Amino acid sequence: MTKTITLNLISGRSIQQGVAIEGGKEKADYRTAAGIIELDRADLKELGIWINTNVRVTSAYGSVIVKAIETTQGPHPGVAFIPMGPWANSIVNPNTYSTGMPTFKGTPVTVEVAANEPVLLGIELVQKLCGVKSA
Amino acid sequence: MTKTITDVICPFCGTLCDDVEVIVSDDGKKLLEVNNACVIGTEKFLHSQAKDRVTRPRMHQEDGSWKEVSYDEAVEYTAQMLAKARKPLMYGWSSTNCEAQSVGNEIAELSRACCDNTAAVCHGTTLIALQDEGLPSCTLGEVKNRADRVIFWGCNPAHAHPRHMSRYSIFPRGFFTGKGQMSRKLIVVDPRTTDTAKMADIHLQVEQGRDYELLNALRVALRGEWLPDEVAGISAEKIREAADILKSGRFGIIFFGMGVTQSISKNHNIDEAIALTKDLNEHTKFSIMPMRGHYNVTGSGEVFAWQFGFPYAVDLTRGFARYNPGDTSSIDLLTRGEIDAMFTIGSDPGAHFPISAVKPIANLPSVCIDPHLTPTSGVSKLHVPVAFNGVETGGNCYRMDNVPIDCRKVVEPPEGMLTDEQFLTKVRDRLKELKGVA
Repeated sequence: MTKTITLNLISGRSIQQGVAIEGGKEKADYRTAAGIIELDRADLKELGIWINTNVRVTSAYGSVIVKAIETTQGPHPGVAFIPMGPWANSIVNPNTYSTGMPTFKGTPVTVEVAANEPVLLGIELVQKLCGVKSA
Repeated sequence: MTKTITDVICPFCGTLCDDVEVIVSDDGKKLLEVNNACVIGTEKFLHSQAKDRVTRPRMHQEDGSWKEVSYDEAVEYTAQMLAKARKPLMYGWSSTNCEAQSVGNEIAELSRACCDNTAAVCHGTTLIALQDEGLPSCTLGEVKNRADRVIFWGCNPAHAHPRHMSRYSIFPRGFFTGKGQMSRKLIVVDPRTTDTAKMADIHLQVEQGRDYELLNALRVALRGEWLPDEVAGISAEKIREAADILKSGRFGIIFFGMGVTQSISKNHNIDEAIALTKDLNEHTKFSIMPMRGHYNVTGSGEVFAWQFGFPYAVDLTRGFARYNPGDTSSIDLLTRGEIDAMFTIGSDPGAHFPISAVKPIANLPSVCIDPHLTPTSGVSKLHVPVAFNGVETGGNCYRMDNVPIDCRKVVEPPEGMLTDEQFLTKVRDRLKELKGVA
């Protein structure tokens, strides 16, 4: 039985993500910078995984595979961080509550191990979710 | 021999650093080195030189491949798409100059489009709050020279605006802040111990999404009224300590970011932050400023507001400008399936919109005008690469404190490439012909 933990997901800028978007969103560096989930050490322990393990993150709005790493901006037990980008946006709460602004911060998610599933590249992920063919 | 160009403006974030040095080859065609910019800005300048850069428009084919087309064909597709659409969405604008935005607004009027900028996923809720409450603000120069109390609320400039602290808010020695960082007290409010929070005199590690309560508690503490033992995960004692620090300063500034604009309560968080600023002005001088992200998102709001009366989420489908966030805003329009053509420029909704708002784009006639390959270009029918604004063409931009600054051209674009403004001008002229108003 795979262990699952429930966390509060926020997304936002990281400097690595900023460099990667300017360097090219088609490149693997973008996935390295933003196809990740930053977890607190306590949450990693509870999930019982090593860092750099691929995990499936699921919310009421979708599901995505990202790589779990230990946060460098913690401690923040109970809070998970995925840098802004297609990976985070596959699962964030899109409701704007009449403000025009989706609720990018504060989406309840579950995290489970998915060690053998791949983290897709940024453009590849969006094309797959949108059903667009890529050459 | 190489040439050094000084006082170059960095076109990455809203800080719009104006002290960058760029070294170019003698013929002005190659950009060799960038000094003074942050790591993100440097990457932006250098990426314009990438060998694998796309330099001609491309149409997405049925089998997923791309077919190169001429700029004239791209103009024709774009103009025809906008002429036929009943409710096109023209989204983006934040990574282009005000001149191009103004031509874009002419196109929007001709095609009766919905127009929106990246404030939709950034400071849109701030704009709602400032319409409700007003915004007692100042310029970054005043912050540098005067501010001895600085709050970063729900923002992480160490990552998102890397030189903000060294140029304006924390480290520089200003006229009345001669000791630089030693003259200032820094309070950071963030649910994570961010790299910005690690530098703070006080870090209020607020429970995520409970900023409104904490802002309200600070107002209570300023008035010396009763507080419960703990608010939003912060002890009453710490809240009172923070309030005392704030009111004992000579000039304070609240910088706020996505932590408050994107969390639940949204514009009401900003309402409360503005109310806190007003309350603090009972004790000392205090200002508040949004940490704008894209380098010219502020300019886009200014151009929209100047030409249409509203800073974002403008709907021209009835022939006059309407503004009703939640109704006329991009994400709501897309998720409700109301749009029949998508025009994207200078932004990447494919990467930065929730996926439910991206999926409709893939099924619509769509144009993406962007020098980069992006998830948006990946799902659009037509991708039009253009010159990098701020690197290969100049133009007017607005800093986060609403100060207009002219960007500089430092290098020639690859031969035959158009700028945003040149491409949009061609689209406008063709659209006029199609609409019979030329």
